Amino acid sequence: MGKERKILDADGMKRALTRLAHEVVERNKGIESVVLVGIRTGGEPLARRLAALLAEIEGRPVPHGFMDVTMYRDDIFHLKTHPKVHKTEIDFSIEGKVVVLVDDVLYTGRTIRAAMDALMDFGRPQAIQLAVLIDRGHRELPIRPDFVGRNLPTAREDRVKVNFAEAGREDEVIVIEAEENAAAVKSEGGK
Amino acid sequence: MALSVKHMLGLEHVEREDIETILDTAASLQEISYRPVKKVPTLRGKTQVNLFFEASTRTRTSFEIAGKRLSADVVNFTASASSLSKGETLADTARNIWAMRPDILVVRHAAAGAPHLLAKLMDTPIINAGDGAHEHPTQALLDLFTVREKKGKIDGLKLVIAGDIAHSRVARSNIYGFTKMGAEVWVVGPPTLIPPGIERLGARVSYRLEDAIPEADVIMMLRIQLERGAGSLFPSLREYAIRFGLNSARMRLAKPGALVMHPGPINRGVEISPEVADGPYSVILDQVEAGVAVRMALLYLLCGGSEHENA
Repeated sequence: MGKERKILDADGMKRALTRLAHEVVERNKGIESVVLVGIRTGGEPLARRLAALLAEIEGRPVPHGFMDVTMYRDDIFHLKTHPKVHKTEIDFSIEGKVVVLVDDVLYTGRTIRAAMDALMDFGRPQAIQLAVLIDRGHRELPIRPDFVGRNLPTAREDRVKVNFAEAGREDEVIVIEAEENAAAVKSEGGK
Repeated sequence: MALSVKHMLGLEHVEREDIETILDTAASLQEISYRPVKKVPTLRGKTQVNLFFEASTRTRTSFEIAGKRLSADVVNFTASASSLSKGETLADTARNIWAMRPDILVVRHAAAGAPHLLAKLMDTPIINAGDGAHEHPTQALLDLFTVREKKGKIDGLKLVIAGDIAHSRVARSNIYGFTKMGAEVWVVGPPTLIPPGIERLGARVSYRLEDAIPEADVIMMLRIQLERGAGSLFPSLREYAIRFGLNSARMRLAKPGALVMHPGPINRGVEISPEVADGPYSVILDQVEAGVAVRMALLYLLCGGSEHENA
């Protein structure tokens, strides 16, 4: 195993998400027109948790759904194998809403580009905002997050792993540093 | 997630894992057909040629819609409007199409093995959309998909395929597909419409619909293919309908929750009565809907970027 550093533990992740939720409420002056869309797979548990926190803070449910952006990726036929396509489940209208896209790690920005293209096929939102747990830098597109749990300077070859209790793990964010991990990065194309 | 095959020529030589990959992918893609904008950009810039040497409306339309929902450029090449009538061979037609650089070919032909011949002649992935009385793999895949969606599983179910087994590529592909996925398959019909030796494909044979229905989880009725000469193999359509047609009286023998399927086009009043075709057990239109999702999944999984190519 490469050299691992724990960036956030379960408590740290909870505090970061709670702050994110408050920022979403503050920025949008409430959550009347806010809907959440988590990007599968890492954004799914985060969107569920943010939705629960927002409901707790504002005392009303917030519509949330999940999106798979595989079919919109710009590298789909450059990969060695076809990525698994997950379900997209958005069972509410996004027309005129403020859509908060939720993902675990923001890196090149290409996933967010794909997600924004996909969202436009579901309607015309009033605005799209971006909430991420970790911003690790190295953008390749002009994309910037609105809500960030933790800014994390990384080397391009580092790997950032986010584990969730929902997947039977402990909530945590781990960085696996470059030299030791060079082989693993190549084989998994980690983000 | 890539398939272990480069072409989809039939289910006889396809692994169970590949079938599962196709069905899982189709389940994820089905939702696209319910969006306000029913299109994703995945196959932008790819050219899909539907080479149909035999009449077909529903299969061709389904492939065309599937390709367009993935943003492929879809071109239809039909026999009546083609050079075939001018005496060109299949191989020459194919070479000409290939020279125009398609990315995927969908082929239907009256001769068994025609798509296999084309697969030997060219590099482009080929999907068999029905070859003679041999195979029709996408029909079997959409049938598997429909059963899995409705029943939650395929393993352990009992499928009855009834009717003109002799002329049916749908029956063959379904026997391969359902047995691979762990189902038990029975074929039912008059002896003249059941090819000798069909047991070797893994199916069991019965000559009485009443014996097969009570145990069945899925009842699949096939059309009598009069255009292939099936009419000379039994006394009359009326007698066939009386002895082998699926009607309300026979459906009363079925388990609650049994599914009635038909690959279409149906002949109302012959192999299936209107009350059954339109009744609560019927999933005939679900099959048609599943066809688009399954074909989208195959086009995505076979088109470009597979581990068989370096590009």
